[in-house]
Amino acid sequence: MLEVALEARRGSFHLKVECRFASDWTVIFGPSGAGKSTLLRLLAGLDRPDVGSIALDGQILSDCVRRIHRKPGHRNTALVAQQPALFPHMSVAVNVGYGLLDLSRSERAHRVEEMLSLVDGANLEHRRPRDLSGGEAQRISLARALAPIPKLLLLDEPFSALDGAASDALLERLKDWLGKRSVQTILVTHDATDAYASGAEVAFLSEGRIVALGPANIVLAGERRRILERLGGD
Amino acid sequence: MDWQALALTLRLATVTTAILVLVSVPLSALLILGRSRCLAILEALATLPLVLPPTVLGFFLLVLLGPRTAVGRGIIALLGHPLAFSFSGLVVGSVIYSLPFAVQPLVAGFAAVEPGLVDAARLLGANSLRIVFTLFVPLARRSLLAAAVLTFLHTVGEFGVVLMLGGDIPGATRTLSILLYNQVENFDYAAASRTAAILLALSVAALLAIYSGTRPRRGPHA
Repeated sequence: MLEVALEARRGSFHLKVECRFASDWTVIFGPSGAGKSTLLRLLAGLDRPDVGSIALDGQILSDCVRRIHRKPGHRNTALVAQQPALFPHMSVAVNVGYGLLDLSRSERAHRVEEMLSLVDGANLEHRRPRDLSGGEAQRISLARALAPIPKLLLLDEPFSALDGAASDALLERLKDWLGKRSVQTILVTHDATDAYASGAEVAFLSEGRIVALGPANIVLAGERRRILERLGGD
Repeated sequence: MDWQALALTLRLATVTTAILVLVSVPLSALLILGRSRCLAILEALATLPLVLPPTVLGFFLLVLLGPRTAVGRGIIALLGHPLAFSFSGLVVGSVIYSLPFAVQPLVAGFAAVEPGLVDAARLLGANSLRIVFTLFVPLARRSLLAAAVLTFLHTVGEFGVVLMLGGDIPGATRTLSILLYNQVENFDYAAASRTAAILLALSVAALLAIYSGTRPRRGPHA
């Protein structure tokens, strides 16, 4: 369970979130500028909150009062950003194995193989990032983030370069893999259709505040109506 | 031709370049990755030799390394002789004088590494040292080459610091720049021309090394 009670100011923008994410799979939905990426960076430890705390399964990741801030990479948290940010001078296999220094060489090779197979990228092992398409790069970025097997996975619209069918297929495999390893996942999107279709718990983030949290059909009822009206349906 | 002066100049430039590459990589990485406000002071200090007249820097070092200061006395007690008017003293002076020529290209090169890559490495558990050696150094290798060549050239051509700190001792502190000055002072223009030609050739060769190594490769035009 992820418990968040934090505030962060970025210029004139004020993010204030107080929430418990208990579901295995939560979608944070909100328009551009709502603070979704800022929230993910705070959860990942790349930025520090001004006030408040973050705890994962009872373990404190950040606590401003107690001056605790676990560094990224030491929080059992992975973040897959919209931009894949693969290391351009390393092969796909070396990219995926970058976070596996603790494993022996053979264990690392085995894990890399497993992760590439998960994202349907086994044939890309020796390629350089410049030789990958946008969708391939996003899948490799996902494999690299998952390779250390985190407890919390943060996805910042990571499938934007994948077409619908490829995205759905990957999502199915991913959900199965994450479920088996009890990895809690938070996916951020500004696409109401994606959020609605996920069937997951949805948190509606608006202007730096979570204004609703619950099942997709309830939280996104208004959005669904709006979309249907635009399409001329009922 | 004074081969001794040429050999001394090349030795001084090589030693200075090696020391500065070792010092500047972590220093530049600290300036990019660090968050402390004190780093602005460090960056200003590392840039100071760029704007300070070489004779002023040479004078400060001459005083600092001499027997009148605690630092100088400590060095004399340690080495048995003062650093001023010795090859080691020239190395100290050259390292300080050429520091900005090594740090500036590296800071620019490291800063150009996409922040998303650094974030990704940190999320995967990489510490600063690993980020420097697996991301900064390979991705900014052209800046590293530029820093090394500029430091080498700057040391080869330095005059004010060498004269103030080392004087003109053949085999110990007489570099090509000092030799050229002596030759001109003695109206020996033929010898001065040869010395100047060597300095020019060294500079052109080094700059060619930079530009041939750092020119972006472009594919054939459509």
